[in-house]
Amino acid sequence: MEIKKGIAVSPGIAIAKSLIIDSEDYLIPQRSIDPSQRRVEIQRARNAFRDAINELTQFQTEQETIEQRNIKDIFAVHLRFLHDRSLRKKITDLVYSESVTAEYAVSKTLREIASHFTKEKDAYISERAADIYDIERRLLKQLLGKKREDVDHLTEEVAVVARELSPTQTAGFNKKFVKGIASDAGGRTSHAAIVARSLGIPAVVALEDLTESVTGGDTVIIDGNRGIVIVNPDSETIQQYQQYSEEFAELEHRLDKIKQKPAITRGDVKIALLGNIEFPNEAELVLQKGGEGIGLYRTEFLYLNRPSEPTEEDHYQAYAETVSVFKHRPVIIRTVDLGADKYTQSKRFAPEPNPFLGLRSIRFCLQNLTMFKTQLRAILRASVLGKVKIMFPLITNIQESMQAKMILRDVMEDLDEESIAYNKHIQLGIMIETPSAALMASTLARDFDFFSIGTNDLIQYTLAVDRGNELVSTLYSSADPAVLRLIRTVIQDAHKAQIDLSVCGEMASDPEYIMLLLGLGVRTLSLAPPMIPEIKQIIRSVTIEDCNNVVRKILGMNSERQISNYLRDATRKILPEAF
Amino acid sequence: MQAGENTLETVVCETEVEIKNADGLHMRPAMQFVDIANQFECDITVSNIENTVDGKSIMQMSMLAATCGTKLKIKAEGADAQQAISDLQELVEKKHFDEPTPNKQKKS
Repeated sequence: MEIKKGIAVSPGIAIAKSLIIDSEDYLIPQRSIDPSQRRVEIQRARNAFRDAINELTQFQTEQETIEQRNIKDIFAVHLRFLHDRSLRKKITDLVYSESVTAEYAVSKTLREIASHFTKEKDAYISERAADIYDIERRLLKQLLGKKREDVDHLTEEVAVVARELSPTQTAGFNKKFVKGIASDAGGRTSHAAIVARSLGIPAVVALEDLTESVTGGDTVIIDGNRGIVIVNPDSETIQQYQQYSEEFAELEHRLDKIKQKPAITRGDVKIALLGNIEFPNEAELVLQKGGEGIGLYRTEFLYLNRPSEPTEEDHYQAYAETVSVFKHRPVIIRTVDLGADKYTQSKRFAPEPNPFLGLRSIRFCLQNLTMFKTQLRAILRASVLGKVKIMFPLITNIQESMQAKMILRDVMEDLDEESIAYNKHIQLGIMIETPSAALMASTLARDFDFFSIGTNDLIQYTLAVDRGNELVSTLYSSADPAVLRLIRTVIQDAHKAQIDLSVCGEMASDPEYIMLLLGLGVRTLSLAPPMIPEIKQIIRSVTIEDCNNVVRKILGMNSERQISNYLRDATRKILPEAF
Repeated sequence: MQAGENTLETVVCETEVEIKNADGLHMRPAMQFVDIANQFECDITVSNIENTVDGKSIMQMSMLAATCGTKLKIKAEGADAQQAISDLQELVEKKHFDEPTPNKQKKS
């Protein structure tokens, strides 16, 4: 039994057999085994050869129609390698002599062979290294217990373990079978974490070297509440966790009861709770959890996982589907926020050296007008179906905001000419997620109907911390006094200008920050749907006076630690079950 | 072990061949080589200046990385050694692994 600590990013408990994915470009770590286990590992290696041969043979018969000789030859060569006794012996000998796992022996042996080829001067021969890597992948796929493509065809419950997961990968998981997620890399606000949370799959990230401790098929417990992963737990631990898991389900159930009750404080102040969604099918979940609309509809999913750019119709269908669920309740559609860690880099010949400070989000849209206009047309067309609002992300200055508005007007004129209906008074807002936008909030407020504070990026840019970098991720904190000052400025400026204000970043779904936000004057929160009931319970347990007191105390504090400790204590008094 | 194996006459045959196809002993030629080698009972080894490898193992054969012009020694040991050597020699020096040689232009 081994206990690993990471960051809890999506609540819940999962107990399941592990499935390791994404081995592709990742070096299998060396992991020693007990000498008594060597026979087992050698058998695993042999089975992997056998299964890889079967798979390849079947694949070959399926591909019989292939005319090209070279493609057939490639598979034939792979098959010869898999049948090669001396290769197999080299691998099993390595397991025996160094007491290592079958996957490590496979990877090490084949990579040695590959590097032997790479060293050859003859280009034709050195390129054969690629074949060897392919054979390595074939064997690892058997050993690591299926892989990415097979995640789509799961037939039993698993806990996914990976070095790192992309949001696209995570979004593709079938909730019925993927019971939990654990990864070496990532942080609380990495996109994969956001997706896991909205799917309601328990997840722990930033486990650093978890993949070195787990072999495919090991039982793991993923504790998404406490940020713990237990590898090969003993039966006592499993029992404890089963009980804990039941208790947690009970709490969830209790929270479910308040879903239909209004989100009002003890002094009857109404707070609007909206949902953050990524996919149209999540809209239903927002309603189920008691959300009153969509405060952040991310639209990047339309661009991911597809060979070509989405058409206007693709956009329209997705928006129409979501808006129809909410009818006359607000749906705030954020224009595409591509760039940095997402999409755009893969389209470039050379990646940007500093993508988070590069061509991303609204900047990318303003340089790709055809794409931007296609989306705006679709949003405008959908605006007649309900209460649609448009939100521009990552505004950093007045020029950008003016330019975005101008382009929207162009699109409106086009629609006028074509006599296509849209809401002429559609509300327009911007995300406040850069320090420059926060500092210019009073000016920006004159041109827009609402602000939404995107705390994740605001924190990253204010504190100059990459939220996914484990080496500095502890510096990333919502409780940093610099961040809180900026947020306070934005809220005050929005109030002065009498425009709507909401908070849609992770801060809005963190129980510890709710009193602070209410005390600062926030009355609309937009958050991951599964968190809505818990946040509502906090709101229903406090008075605005309590919250104002919390803020008054905090404004006198200068250290992040002091503030976060104070907030934790204050919240614990209100909702002890959450801890 | 089969009884009677020891009664078989042990034949040792050796020859030297030169790789003549332009791309050398890459994966597909290596496959052709081991496919033929594996049809025989005899042990087959192949050597260049530095190494001696098992002529029935595609991994070892391909790792010889013999380019066009390389000379290899093929040694067969066993009852059917004679036939093995002659078949392998034909593959390497007459058929050139069904591949073009530097002098000949590729056929269509």
